[in-house]
Amino acid sequence: MYRYDQYDQAIVDARVAEFKDQVGRRLRNEITEDQFKPLRLMNGLYLQLHAYMLRVAIPYGTLSGTQMRMLAHIARTYDRDYGHFTTRQNIQYNWIKLEQFSDLLDDLSKVEMHAFQTSGNCIRNISSDQFAGAAADEIADPRPYAELLRQWSTLHPEFSFLPRKFKIAVIASDSDRAAIQLHDIGLQLYRNAAGMPGFRVYVGGGMGRTPIIGKVVREFIPVGQFLSYSEAILRVYNRHGRRDNIYKARIKILVTELGIEEFTRQVEAEWATLEPLGLDAPQAEYDRIIAQFADPAYEIGAPDTIDLSDPDFKLWVDQNVHAHKQPGYAITTISLKPKSGIPGDASSAQMDVIADLAEKYAHDEIRVTHSQNLVLAHVRKADLYAVWQVLAAADLATPNLDLVTDIIACPGMDYCTLANARSIPIAQKIAAKFENSISEQRDIGELKIKVSGCINGCGHHHAGHIGILGVDKKGEEAYQLLLGGSGAEDASLAKILGPGFDENGIVDAVDKLIAFYRSARSAPTERFLDTYRRLGAAPFKEAVYA
Amino acid sequence: MPRILTGNRLETGDVLWWHGRCWSTQISDAVEIGAEGEALLASLIAAERINDPTFIEVTGEPGAFVPTTTRERVRASGPSVRADLARGSLSVEAI
Repeated sequence: MYRYDQYDQAIVDARVAEFKDQVGRRLRNEITEDQFKPLRLMNGLYLQLHAYMLRVAIPYGTLSGTQMRMLAHIARTYDRDYGHFTTRQNIQYNWIKLEQFSDLLDDLSKVEMHAFQTSGNCIRNISSDQFAGAAADEIADPRPYAELLRQWSTLHPEFSFLPRKFKIAVIASDSDRAAIQLHDIGLQLYRNAAGMPGFRVYVGGGMGRTPIIGKVVREFIPVGQFLSYSEAILRVYNRHGRRDNIYKARIKILVTELGIEEFTRQVEAEWATLEPLGLDAPQAEYDRIIAQFADPAYEIGAPDTIDLSDPDFKLWVDQNVHAHKQPGYAITTISLKPKSGIPGDASSAQMDVIADLAEKYAHDEIRVTHSQNLVLAHVRKADLYAVWQVLAAADLATPNLDLVTDIIACPGMDYCTLANARSIPIAQKIAAKFENSISEQRDIGELKIKVSGCINGCGHHHAGHIGILGVDKKGEEAYQLLLGGSGAEDASLAKILGPGFDENGIVDAVDKLIAFYRSARSAPTERFLDTYRRLGAAPFKEAVYA
Repeated sequence: MPRILTGNRLETGDVLWWHGRCWSTQISDAVEIGAEGEALLASLIAAERINDPTFIEVTGEPGAFVPTTTRERVRASGPSVRADLARGSLSVEAI
């Protein structure tokens, strides 16, 4: 994985020093809160319902064991012994004290981490495929390109005050595990008919108040030119994106208002002026970064079979282990959705366990998924049983990946100032109906339930097979029910099914939906989403509201 | 409807309620704010040591005030999903 060079570290050190000075000035009352607030937000520090919340960037969701151990240290030392992994592949801490913040930043920077550009109207953390570098279906590791984007976008002076926040995702396979069509820019690496690698470029996707699936702005841009092309897109957006209305400021609104043809024309015209300037990274820089994502030293001839005689282990392998491109290896997903748990939360002790496992068994790499789980991407099949035993002892081996209890939930009104309703209790109540029977969950099959506590959609409710949106109904929590969303390569937006519910009502409604689906599916292998697409909303609506 | 004064401590972000002379981390210490509140609020804003000072409406009696909105009840109780982090002066059941 990528390691900072002297320039990366110098940038982080300078920014940390700058923000520590700003924190000190605020604590001494030398600047007002109105002056300080935009500065702290640009450094990932929010004031939430109970305390300050810090969002730490995890570039493209990749961590080393050392970095995970530092995140555990942060949780223990500066927070309340846990952290929350987010749908943006980052981590948030909920109980941060401003007076301790300078020490915290120093600790983070020791392991090449920071919190800037995790908030504000800038290019946010670049996200990617959690199976990158290990997936059998990718044409190359997409992370070197995500890293190039990280370096290009870090403190980019032209793009530090965009009309609104800007999110980019990069993948390199036909299976979309990063929801690229729901990003401001989505990049899919593939080979064209001539065998040349390049990107299909989607633009203007997003969730939130106005959910839109991204459109293709360019079918193919050679890898050597994707940075200048991205810059052209950002320039058009920065020039014409609306700054008069926060709700119409995202690039998706600009693309919709201009139309994809006119937007494309403007981007191409901009790129025609930019491309000759030599803004793209030279080949040597590509080579330097790609080399840092070289395959780990796999054991040649590692056993390619797994002893599945332990039935509980077999269950976990069947559900949470994926094929690896290297014979003898496997990709394992660590569920952060245990029984009665909070989606995405991990204690410091659990983080330490995962760090140890990564170092001992997984070539010192951990991934964060946008579904709020973690991944050990390079595990020898011969080591899977040992890994599972350690995970099970730490309540990290729930075999529920992509099942009904693997629910995404934003922090909701238990923590967030923006939320209209609580998300986590809804996820817990739905999960409680199924979590005692893995066989029932497996019979239901793939089902992605996503819960957001407000229209901003951090819980990705518009991409849920079943989406739940918390709303305010005259001061009381209420919940809308949506069906039919997908963040995968078959992207679609979930639509509201009917009138909303209270807390218990939404849980019962989901129960009815699942019961109807099981009775109506054409075969046990037909997913909930496919049954919905085949039958349409009407029979589901009748099942819930009749 | 009675109103009380709340905010967050600058240094720590702690949720606070005005108890008449200073701040408390327990809503059970909160006092009802009368007409003098506007001047108090203005002075707090000017002092810049409490973030987002604001009045909230409550029901009940002194010592047992309950905010009228779910959001403020959650602020007073702590996260409803982490009983171990509860503040103690307003039960999760009150949310």
